[in-house]
Amino acid sequence: MSIADSTQFLCFLALSAAVLLGALGVVLLPNIVYSAFLLGGVFLAVAGLYLLLNASFVAAAQMMIYVGAVNVLILFAIMLVNKKETLEAIPGLGVRRILSGAVCAGLLGLLLRVDFTTPWALPGPVSIGEGATIRIGEHLFSDYLLPFELASVLLLMAMIGAIVLARRDVFSSDVITGEGVDQGLIEKARTPLLLEKNLQIQPVLEKTP
Amino acid sequence: MSLSSLFALTLPTTVPLQGFLAVAAVLFCTGVWGLINSRNAVRVLMSIELMLNGVNINLMAFSSYLDGQLIRGQVFTIFVITVAAAEAAVGLAILLSLYRNRDTVDMERFNLLRW
Repeated sequence: MSIADSTQFLCFLALSAAVLLGALGVVLLPNIVYSAFLLGGVFLAVAGLYLLLNASFVAAAQMMIYVGAVNVLILFAIMLVNKKETLEAIPGLGVRRILSGAVCAGLLGLLLRVDFTTPWALPGPVSIGEGATIRIGEHLFSDYLLPFELASVLLLMAMIGAIVLARRDVFSSDVITGEGVDQGLIEKARTPLLLEKNLQIQPVLEKTP
Repeated sequence: MSLSSLFALTLPTTVPLQGFLAVAAVLFCTGVWGLINSRNAVRVLMSIELMLNGVNINLMAFSSYLDGQLIRGQVFTIFVITVAAAEAAVGLAILLSLYRNRDTVDMERFNLLRW
C-alpha cells in the first residue's frame, strides 16, 4: 500500500495540526471534561502519525491502550472526583506562568535547534514496511525477552497496587456488634458503619426481602 | 494545471524526519508547561501522557527513518506504552486516595510533605 507523496505530506500536516492544537486544548481549556476528550483526539492523531511511519502494529496498540484504556481511566477518574470547587487565588500565579512559559519556550528552542542543525544519517536503510509486526515479535521473544517479562511483572504489580490504593477503607469488624463486616457491607443490605450508632440493626435486616 | 501536479510542485516530495521531530518537541514542551501550571491533579496526569506521547513520536520517527530494518524504536515504544498504562493506573489510584483524604484535587493544597 503506498499513497502518493503529496497526499502523505498533507496527511502529515493535518495530523500534526490536530496533535498540537489538541495538546494546547488539553492544557488550556478550563473545563476538564473537554480536556479529557481532546486528549483522546490527540491519542488518535498520534496513532495516525504512526501509520504514516509504516508502523501499523504500534498504531493499533496506541489505539487500544491509550484511547481504549488510559483515556477511559482518566474519564472515570474525572467522574469520581467531580467536585465543583473554587480554587483560591495564589499570589504570583501570573508571574509563575510567564516564567515557566519562558523556560518551556527555551527548551523548545533548544530541541528545535538540535533538530534542524544536526546532520542526520539520512537516508537510512530501507524501511521494512509490512514486515514490521513480524520483526517486533522476533525482537520481543529473542533479544528483548527480559524487558518483556519484566513488563508483565510491572503490569501485575501496578494492577494490584492500584486496587490496594483505590479501595475504600472498611473496618475489619463492626464496631457495635463485633462481627466481621468486610463482605457484609456488600452482600447484606444494612446500614453503613458509624452512621447511626443508636439504630437497631436487626429490624433493618428483617425488612429486606 | 491539475491539482496533483500543483501539489507536486509546491510540497516536498516526502515528509522529512525533522518534521516529526519538531511535532514531538512541541508536544513535549506543551506537556511540560501543563505539568508545571495545572492546578487540577487529573490535568497533571494528562500532561504526563502528552509528554510520553511526544517521546514516543521521537522514537518511532528515528526507528522508521534511521533504523528501517531492525526496528528497535518500535519495540521501545511498546515498552513505553506499557509503562505509561501502569503509571496512569497507579497515578489515578493515588489521586483517588488523596481526594478521599483531603477532599480536594487542588495541587496547591497537597502539601503533606512540606516541612
